[in-house]
Amino acid sequence: MSLTELTIADAAAGLRARKFSAVELVRAHTDAITALNPRLNAYITPTADAALQAASHADEALAKNEARPLTGIPLGIKDLFCTHGVRTTAASNILKNFVPPYESTVTANLLRDGAVFVGKTNLDEFAMGSANITSAFGPVENPWKRNGDAETKLVPGGSSGGSAAAVAAGLAMGATGTDTGGSIRQPAAYCGIVGLKPTYGRCSRFGTIAYASSLDQAGPMARSVRDCAIMLQSMAGFDPRDSTSVNCDVPDYSAAVGRSLKGLKVGIPAEYRAEGLSAEIEAAWQQGIEWLKAAGCEIVDVSLPHTKYGLATYYIVAPAECSSNLARYDGLRFGERVPGDTLDAMYEATRRAGFGPEVRRRIMMGTYVLSAGYYDAYYLKAQKVRSLIRRDFTESFQKVDVLLTPTAPTPAFAQGEKTDDPVQMYLNDIFTVPASMAGMPAMSVPVGLGATGLPLGLQLIGRPFDEETLLAAGSALENAAGFTHRPAIRAEGAK
Amino acid sequence: MSYTLEGRTGTWEIVVGLEVHAQVISHSKLFSGASASYGGEPNTHVSLVDAGFPGMLPVLNHECVAQAIRTGLGLRARINLESRFDRKNYFYADLPTGYQISQFTHPIVGEGTVEIELSDGTVRHIGITRLHMEQDAGKSMHDQDPTRSFIDLNRAGVALMEIVSEPDIRSPEEAGAYLRKLRQILRYLGTCDGNMEEGSMRADVNVSVRKAGEPFRTRCEIKNVNSIRYVMHAIEVEATRQIEVWEDGGEVDQETRLFDPSRNETRSLRSKEDAHDYRYFPDPDLLPLVVEQAWVDELERELPELPDDKRDRFIRQYGIPRYDASVLVAEQAIADYYEEVAKGRDARLAANWVTGDLFGALNRTGRSIQDTPISAQALGGMLDLMADGTINGKIAKEVFEDMLETGDSAADIVERKGLKQVTDTGAIDAAVADVLARNADKVEEYRGGKDRLFGFFVGQVMKAMAGKANPAIVNEALKKVL
Repeated sequence: MSLTELTIADAAAGLRARKFSAVELVRAHTDAITALNPRLNAYITPTADAALQAASHADEALAKNEARPLTGIPLGIKDLFCTHGVRTTAASNILKNFVPPYESTVTANLLRDGAVFVGKTNLDEFAMGSANITSAFGPVENPWKRNGDAETKLVPGGSSGGSAAAVAAGLAMGATGTDTGGSIRQPAAYCGIVGLKPTYGRCSRFGTIAYASSLDQAGPMARSVRDCAIMLQSMAGFDPRDSTSVNCDVPDYSAAVGRSLKGLKVGIPAEYRAEGLSAEIEAAWQQGIEWLKAAGCEIVDVSLPHTKYGLATYYIVAPAECSSNLARYDGLRFGERVPGDTLDAMYEATRRAGFGPEVRRRIMMGTYVLSAGYYDAYYLKAQKVRSLIRRDFTESFQKVDVLLTPTAPTPAFAQGEKTDDPVQMYLNDIFTVPASMAGMPAMSVPVGLGATGLPLGLQLIGRPFDEETLLAAGSALENAAGFTHRPAIRAEGAK
Repeated sequence: MSYTLEGRTGTWEIVVGLEVHAQVISHSKLFSGASASYGGEPNTHVSLVDAGFPGMLPVLNHECVAQAIRTGLGLRARINLESRFDRKNYFYADLPTGYQISQFTHPIVGEGTVEIELSDGTVRHIGITRLHMEQDAGKSMHDQDPTRSFIDLNRAGVALMEIVSEPDIRSPEEAGAYLRKLRQILRYLGTCDGNMEEGSMRADVNVSVRKAGEPFRTRCEIKNVNSIRYVMHAIEVEATRQIEVWEDGGEVDQETRLFDPSRNETRSLRSKEDAHDYRYFPDPDLLPLVVEQAWVDELERELPELPDDKRDRFIRQYGIPRYDASVLVAEQAIADYYEEVAKGRDARLAANWVTGDLFGALNRTGRSIQDTPISAQALGGMLDLMADGTINGKIAKEVFEDMLETGDSAADIVERKGLKQVTDTGAIDAAVADVLARNADKVEEYRGGKDRLFGFFVGQVMKAMAGKANPAIVNEALKKVL
């Protein structure tokens, strides 16, 4: 099997068994990036030289039997994580030349455990988008193609579209993502990979460029549930530099993979049978229910009555926070600057040139909902609804252990679709936003292909800090589905 | 008693509330590990958090929280066990993140009170509305270059306490007394150095005027006044301006103004219409601040004795007048000095020497109690020589001046100059006889009923003995002979 088709678990075993070296493993990926990135645009900044150097250090560690869990494993890093000495853009013009003199906690944890970074992956500008078409560095192409249509370029989902496309196409064994309203799970579903958004507070936000602080959460994206468990093991943990990170033990996630589901109660929320849910996804959902039943789960109908307010609430809370979080990009201390005759003129010119239309739209929405006279009607009300959404989940989890839903209402769509009306685009996140609003952990697992040959994902939502149950149920779905499909564009045989 | 201003249409009363920004004494800033110390080359006390770099997050400094709680306790205020940090959003070059983290809706300290004492002895209580923690901004420098402004972020993120008073202040004098008292409390607590020149304490002054018995009229806020004297001037100037506006048939607009001490006037900075919309909302990077009552209790137990308590104790314990007690507790160091002098001695005499001769000498030489040339032990030593009759009060003055100059102990000076008091009755009797003999006419007058002349005889005898005679023995001897 090609080195770019291996799972992290198999590659780690192969490295230890000296079946191949870390340099060979990493070079297979950097070569694939060279070959395919011009087309997919999954990476903004490939870092082949540094990766190969790190790989040779990894080989030295392996030779001395000093390998760490991720030693020699090539990973893609969403370009929202600050990486010491490596340009970090947030896919925005305003940071197009920004080189942080510090490392995010999540990437520092991965480096500590031996991971090799092969590049910074593309995303929607400041993680704002659901199709990876708002990047200042151009859109990312989904490596999957509709049956019999090699021409139409599909979107990879967003905002972690570069990470999803890279992992799907074999340009990385795994990648970091961040998820604010579905930015890990929806692209994972669109690209046929596994994506896990941990509980809010599980991974440190220190050094990750903020979009909406009360929602942002880093998580792993990989080609198997076990690989997500391995990556999360390294990424998770308390960080005193993030006051919202939670000081509780990190369990052995890999041990949860393959765990028996006997007696597990799985909730099926009625409200997710929403309008616009495609028949093929409805069918995949039903199939997922059957598989879990067969694995020994008890299926329970539940209700999350405030689900329908999730999206509207999200589009008040997230823009409100972003309007404040992005105020620091003013051209003064770092980032791009467009001069002006006065301070205000400089701000205006800098931010007009620096931010794309979607970012500007969200800053304006957020500024509006926080302004005097509107705060109570929008922001305050949204916070109240948010607590009702959280209560829906809390009450459900008194009856069930995990929820099963579709990840997105449709499979991947074509570039250029859904761009006339921003609300159409926002509707892609309808199933992922509620868990984000509630801070619950959630994971998307690929379960099959739809009528047009595109991957479909199902979402599992768990109790706070119970990522283990997600991994256990996710691996059951993975085993039952036997999802071995690969996208049309991939590293294997690309050279 | 009450302060009023006379206008054309009658008598006006002024209403003042103060918002004091007090810089917290702490090693590091409110949300970062950078040094909070004053001075330093520009931009040398700046962390990536202070400079608002991407992905940087605030982490609350618990020492600053302790300082805020101590201050709240010192203001006899309610401590809110749960408080919250909000973001106050506005763009400015010296505000790196584009928002100031402040406690807008849920401050850590609620209502309290400060007791002030006026020059006529009146005691008033000024209500405290709240105290909250917030970050300071950096400093913009517009005078370094003709075309560019420079930014120094050393101060950006330093912890401030904003202490808001009720509109209970009714005169410039009360405003001055309030600020002095607040500064005294902060210094006792060690939570703010109260140094207005360095900007570690600044005041925003809210002023309105009204006729007696009226509800409040529109107020103006005078921003960033940086001395007590200026606060007092600004109030008077602004109240006078407002009275003119009202009496000319106009309306006072609610606005922010600046006080210009060189022209002794206030000027409009921005009107209510131009006021920023700060878009306050809870900072999602920080959890609500929850403090345990047990911790508050512990901080309260460790609190130093506060000025009002100390003053009352001095009155009680040392039997000194209220005025002297107030003067002695003005600074912790003075109070400590006094207590050391008074310990085991005549406490009233000690108070007289400290508030009289010592303060006079410090004033004259431009020194503070911290660098006094006469230590408390040295002054006490001198009082001991008076108590045991080695020197009398008159000689003591001379010894004191010598101590001031040479730093020698009182005993050494008495020894060196031979100032030991004469108690030898033979010598005194001889001097008395001599003085009476030379002033036979005065003796006649005295015996004729001119009692006042007794003091003259005492003076002459003392003079004859170079001031060293024991005054009690001299009195006795004179009485006997006369």
